[in-house]
This record gives sequence, C-alpha cells and structure tokens, in this order.
Amino acid sequence: MAAESPISCSMVLESKPSAIVGLCNKLLSELQSNCFSQDDIFAVHLAIEEAFINAVRHGNKMDPAKKVKIEYLVGSDKVEISMTDQGDGFDPQGVPDPRVGENLYKPQGRGLFLINSYMDVVTFNERGNRVHIVRFKEKPSLTGSQSQTQA
Amino acid sequence: MAAIKPKISVEYTGNATIMTFTDERILEERDIQALQESVMSVVEQAEQINLVLDFRNVRFLSSAVLGLLIRVSKKVYERQGKLRLCNIDPKIYEIFRITRLTKVFDICKDLESATSTGGKTAG
Repeated sequence: MAAESPISCSMVLESKPSAIVGLCNKLLSELQSNCFSQDDIFAVHLAIEEAFINAVRHGNKMDPAKKVKIEYLVGSDKVEISMTDQGDGFDPQGVPDPRVGENLYKPQGRGLFLINSYMDVVTFNERGNRVHIVRFKEKPSLTGSQSQTQA
Repeated sequence: MAAIKPKISVEYTGNATIMTFTDERILEERDIQALQESVMSVVEQAEQINLVLDFRNVRFLSSAVLGLLIRVSKKVYERQGKLRLCNIDPKIYEIFRITRLTKVFDICKDLESATSTGGKTAG
C-alpha cells in the first residue's frame, strides 16, 4: 500500500563501501511499499551504490575520519536522494565519457555515467561534493533526457 | 563441478571452462576482489583458455564488476584465449548496452550458444 505522505530519512555513514547496505535496503523496501516498479528500484539501487562508492573513494578518499551524509525523500511520484561527502569536490563536466575511444577498455570510470543514465535528474553543488538525484515513478511528458547541471 | 571459492563455481567441459557466479548480487569490494583472483587463477593455469562466464544467478551488479570483466578479458586475450559471457539478466544486459560494453564482450544468450564453436550473440 502506498504511503499517504512522503517518507524522509537522513543518515551519516562511515567512509567504507559496505556502510551503504542498511540504508540501501531500507530505501528499496520503501520504494517497493510505494509501488515503484522493479525498473525504478533497480535504477535507484544502482545509482546510490555508484554515488556512494564515488563519495567514499573519490570524495573522502577512504578516510575513516570523514563521513557521507545521505538524505532521501520517497513520495508518491518520485524519489529524491542527496549525498554529500567531505572531500574537495570535483567537476562532473570534466569526467570523460567511458563509451569513447580507449575509455571503453578502461576498468573504471563508469559510475557517474550510470548515475546519469538511470536517474531522471542529476545535479551537483558548485563545489562538487554533493549530488542530488531524482527518479520519477511516471515520467513527466516534457522530460526527454537526463540532465547534469551545476546547482 | 568444483567450488573454487564460495562466490563462483568452475566446470571443465571438453572445449570450455565454465565459471558461474553463484551470488545474486555482486557488490562488495572484497567479493569482487575475491572473484577476480579466482578467475585470474583459472585463466593463468590454462593455455589459450576458452572461458565462459555464466551470469545465470546474478540479478544485480555494480560498475566495479564491469571493471573486473575488463581486467579478465585483457588477461585472457594476452594469452590468446577466448572469453564469452552468457545468461545475462535483461536489466544487467542493459548496463552492458548503454556503456557500449556489448561491443567489447562476446555476449551469448545461453550456455549452449556460449560453448558452441560459433557462439550466438545476445540482444
């Protein structure tokens, strides 16, 4: 049964890849309860795993003293997630396209591309240490493609 | 069929070595590292291996697994071997498609086509 009001959550996680497991399971369960499709759930799962790995590895550089703050809001029509690390940030426009040339044969560099591919909205703050991602349950008719802009 | 490590099994047939991922989700960094060590070990023990990686049990993976597959493919090709992937769930195949890794890997619909001489590309 779908929830009547949006479900929100805010947590601060340690800078280790496995720290996302509990929150991820909770969020995916709430998506299921709110009648999101299996495609939506798969997409959100992939995006938060990739975003968290980026935050921990590239943002906080695996520093155990640094944390990652995650906030999410599950509504009847969309899910929004924000993830903030304590790193220096980066320029998302400067990340090379993993599908082009020799990048295709590199073992890394696909995380951000997958986030952009599976989310309807992807924005970063100016510093580049916070990403905000949105997936709509039903696609708005005027949204033709993913966006990646500076917030 | 002999288990190398808990996350993967290996079967030697007449013309191919079939390694099957046994987990439904492949996410944990240490699991991916263990998988890579297992697969690389098998690749290094054979000359011109005909390796098939079977994804029949896998329903979710991260981009780190794609990295593992690229490292494995480089090792296989360095040793003049062959690599095919098979039984990939449609949602996971979509990840391969949008990252254009369908151009890098020989992806077969099922194990039968992956172990046949000609193979049969999925998708």
